[in-house]
Amino acid sequence: MRARVFVTLKPSVFDPQGTTVGEALHTLGYTSVTDVRQGKYFELEIDAASVDDATRIAAEAADKLLANPVIESYRIEVDQAAALAGAKR
Amino acid sequence: MKFAVVVFPGSNCDHDAHYAASQVLGQEAELVWHKDTSLRGADAVILPGGFAHGDYLRTGAIARFSPIMQEVKRFAAAGGPVLGICNGFQVLLEAGLLPGAMLRNRSLHFRCEFVHVRVEQVDTPFTLAASPSQLLKIPIAHGEGNYFAPPDVVERLERNRQVVFRYVTPAGEPTDEANPNGSVNNIAGICNEARNVVGLMPHPERACELAVGSADGLVLLQSAVRRFGTAGATVSVR
Repeated sequence: MRARVFVTLKPSVFDPQGTTVGEALHTLGYTSVTDVRQGKYFELEIDAASVDDATRIAAEAADKLLANPVIESYRIEVDQAAALAGAKR
Repeated sequence: MKFAVVVFPGSNCDHDAHYAASQVLGQEAELVWHKDTSLRGADAVILPGGFAHGDYLRTGAIARFSPIMQEVKRFAAAGGPVLGICNGFQVLLEAGLLPGAMLRNRSLHFRCEFVHVRVEQVDTPFTLAASPSQLLKIPIAHGEGNYFAPPDVVERLERNRQVVFRYVTPAGEPTDEANPNGSVNNIAGICNEARNVVGLMPHPERACELAVGSADGLVLLQSAVRRFGTAGATVSVR
C-alpha cells in the first residue's frame, strides 16, 4: 500500500524558500500566485492490512521522523487504488 | 581533563575541536566514532560542526540515531557537560536535548564570516570562565542557523536564563543588523534547564589562536577546563 506524506512548515513559521520562489514566479509574470510554501514529499510503500493501518503507520513515521513537530506539519494520503489492488491479490 | 569529540560521517570540525582541546589547551582529547558506544571516560563531550549524515532529511535529524547518541543522552542526563557547535547544536535540537529547531537562514545565503556574540550567562560549564556580557568575535559558517521555537518556549528560555549567547553589534547591541540568520531574539546559543548541555551556531573552536583572526572562542573550552580543575591549563595564545 502506498502512503504519500506531505511535510510543510507550519503556517506560523516563516518559509524563506517559499517566499523566494514566490517572488521568482512574480518576476516571470505569474502575479496571480499569491503565496508559495515549499515542503517535502515522501512515498512510503507499507505492508499493511487496511487503509487505516497504513495511515496510522505513516502518521507515526511522520511524527517520529519525517516531520519536525516544532516547525513542520504534515498531511497523509493513502493510495486507495493501490490499496484495493493489494486486497485482491 | 578529558574531552570526547564525537565524529559523525560528515563531521568536518571534529579535528578543529580536538586540536583546540589538545594542542591549544594541552588537555586530553579523543575522537569517538559515532558507532562507538562509549565516551571513554571523558569529562566533557563536544558534538562538532559539519554535515552529519549529509544533512539528509533535516540537519541533525539522522545523527540522533547514531549509537553514540544513546551514551551522550545518558551522559547529559547524569549532568555531564555537552557542547554542540553548529551542526552539533542542530543534532542536540533534533535529539531533544535542547528545545527548538533550525530554519534556513532568513537570507537563504550560507553565511561564513566573523560575528560578535555576547555571553549572556556565565553559570554553564562552557561559560563560567567568561565575564558577564563579554563580547566574543567568533566565526559562523551555516545555511540553517535561524533558531526557531514557539513563542511560549522562547519566553520560557528567556525567563529561565537559558539564552547563553546572543548575536550583537561590535558595540554589544542585539540589533536586527547584527543578526546573521534571523534567529528569534538574536539567539546564537542556548542551554538546557539543567544548564549542562549547551549549543551554539558560531564556531568557538575556529577562534582559538590569534593566527586565525581571533582567540575569543577559547574561553568556552577554558571554562570546562576550569570546572574540572586540571593542572596544566595555563594558555599562551599564539
